[in-house]
Amino acid sequence: MLDLIKLRLRHGKQAIPNIHTAEVLKTFRGFPIVDESKCENNCEKCKSICPTEAIEKNPLRIDLGKCIFCGECEKVCSGGAIKFTNNYRIGSTNREALIISSGKTFEQFEVEAIKAKKEIHKMFGRSLKLRQVSAGGCNGCELELNASTNVNFDMGRFGIDFVASPRHADGIVITGPISSNMAPALKDAYQSVSDPKIVIAVGTCSISGGMFSSSNKINRNFFDEIPIDLFVSGCPPHPLTFIHALLDFLGK
Amino acid sequence: MNWAETKNLQSVSLKEIPNMEFAKLREQIVEMIMKGCRVIQFFGEKINSGVILYVVLADDEQSKLFIASSNFNEGDIFDSITPEFKSFNYFEREFYEQFGIKPQGHPWLKPVRNGIAGVSDSEVQYEFFEMMGEEVHEVGVGPIHAGIIEPGYFRFLCHGEQIHHLEIELGFQHRGVEELFIRNRNNPVYLLKLSESIAGDSVIGHAGNFVRAIESLSETNISRRAMVIRTIALELERIGNHLGDLSALAGDVAYLTGNSAFAALRTKAINTSMSICGSRFGRGMVAIGGVNYDISLELKEKILETINKIEEDVEVAAEVLFSSASVLARFEKTGIISKDIAKEIGMVGPAARASGISIDVRTDHPFGGFSLFPVHKITLKSGDVFARAYIRYIEITQSIRIIKEQLGTLNEGELKKNTSELKPNQLVVSLAEGWRGEIVHTAITDENGLLRKYKIKDPSFNNWLAVALSVKNNGISDFPLCNKSFNLSYCGFDL
Repeated sequence: MLDLIKLRLRHGKQAIPNIHTAEVLKTFRGFPIVDESKCENNCEKCKSICPTEAIEKNPLRIDLGKCIFCGECEKVCSGGAIKFTNNYRIGSTNREALIISSGKTFEQFEVEAIKAKKEIHKMFGRSLKLRQVSAGGCNGCELELNASTNVNFDMGRFGIDFVASPRHADGIVITGPISSNMAPALKDAYQSVSDPKIVIAVGTCSISGGMFSSSNKINRNFFDEIPIDLFVSGCPPHPLTFIHALLDFLGK
Repeated sequence: MNWAETKNLQSVSLKEIPNMEFAKLREQIVEMIMKGCRVIQFFGEKINSGVILYVVLADDEQSKLFIASSNFNEGDIFDSITPEFKSFNYFEREFYEQFGIKPQGHPWLKPVRNGIAGVSDSEVQYEFFEMMGEEVHEVGVGPIHAGIIEPGYFRFLCHGEQIHHLEIELGFQHRGVEELFIRNRNNPVYLLKLSESIAGDSVIGHAGNFVRAIESLSETNISRRAMVIRTIALELERIGNHLGDLSALAGDVAYLTGNSAFAALRTKAINTSMSICGSRFGRGMVAIGGVNYDISLELKEKILETINKIEEDVEVAAEVLFSSASVLARFEKTGIISKDIAKEIGMVGPAARASGISIDVRTDHPFGGFSLFPVHKITLKSGDVFARAYIRYIEITQSIRIIKEQLGTLNEGELKKNTSELKPNQLVVSLAEGWRGEIVHTAITDENGLLRKYKIKDPSFNNWLAVALSVKNNGISDFPLCNKSFNLSYCGFDL
């Protein structure tokens, strides 16, 4: 009993008190600042080193739906044209907004990225239940989604929860590039969620195929038919990225 | 016996690897395994005239690896080794699935990755094991499970609440990783990032193994400093995952105090990884030729402070968890894997050690920082959920000690060295002890020094059968607990 009290005292309060002002470590690679004027000799080193072809030149831009935030481009660039900041708020309802062009500030990105809709707020603002489907995910995104419900991040306080059955869910969260072997099950799960429902793509693999986009063992036809309502970038996205994207999406 | 003899990370010329008739190879495999060797790789490679099978056996006591090969033509059959040594079960099935060369007499020759995965229910023509009798019923679970976890299909044959048999069907996560390795062999950065995505919870484990294989093939000696940083990263990964598992195990028996306490400690541990390399899972940490991120003096002090705090807190939390009667009632004598079974099916990692098998790559086939700082092997005897949970606690404290020791040896040195071309016509076996157990990567280069074959074996490949065996005769409600006590990787298995 005394040990238990000792443990509770040591444990203290773990939840992040105000999630809106929460910051992550400086080392974290989040929203990038792109400045083409710092490009030296149009060298294209960043473009050629990028493992997921997330960088385009002329004009220089980086696609956060393809980027795995490895930071290799930042390292090879002698001029400093790409700099990752620790700003983790990189969710978007708009796929195009994830392409970060030269000179774009975070404030400009934020305006375009997530547009909260009245009907979404009205329908899911007070309670949102989600069914997660891992379709070829490496377990990185899955671990971070689990973490978003743990004692530190405690997403449940906003009325957002993961549920076991798609029948209880208001939408599905997809992780992974969608392996061909999971494509039928993903479709089944999606169809089992009753309307109206939302689709959230979490992680680079889910948004664009990421590291696996050139594999012939993946099948992304699902997204040809089903539009994505919310894109959450990252490899894997930080729990705070996921929570903030949802809060902004719900207009909370 | 003329098998090519080598060591972990010591490449051998393909010419030195003997090629023999399978019947002869089989005889020698049997002989060597009787002497105490263990199969760690058994894979095929397509060549012009057919398929070449490579077999790698490990002699743990002498830290030696033995390699031999045999040629097959398409449609050949061979005498299965599995009836004698069950550790060949998945290896032979995989070989059959990939090349159609049949192991005659294999007791359960089913697909490994392309069974029921990928077909919708109405089309399924899959021969599951069946059981008849009154009150016998079947429970199918998956591929999507209740929680936020990877997909796999589990079919239970039950008598009332009691499980008689569990059949596990995987392959849902198959992304063609090994194929991508060869297709992108000219892009080392891509390969490194791909190795980080083999299993997202074992980033340092798999990426470390990959870069060591490449460094061995290009004869690159990385600096002592880089080696130390890699070792610290690997042990941080082990601590983070073990803490997460203890949290989940407590959660599975509805012990919320333990669940929360260990979850909060896990956050501290993985945030320490982030303080070094910017990723909570160590992504970006490892580079070919060294590491990408340094540990400054200031950071070193911070890491020490954090792990000291974790060490104290873990002790208190573990004391509470492992003395709670309600927890012990669920953990003890649940999901037992005896030492004999563990040995027979070739288990690895903490799960094997919890059943009394003394096996740890860090000691048996030392790599990186462990060549200079040997690790004491920890084993427990009972092989139940309790043992698999308790060994995680001991390994956390052990890893904390290793990190402290390693931080003390952080000398000056360059972070990253340039690597040269890979040596042509070589084979290297790279082993590491990831937090789940033994990770094996085998790389073969062609005459131009390009990767010709890249074979990956995650510890889950050895241990999935153990999950199926552990639940026999347990109540079906104990399945989640048994499963979590192994916490195996689906994508590491499916590749």
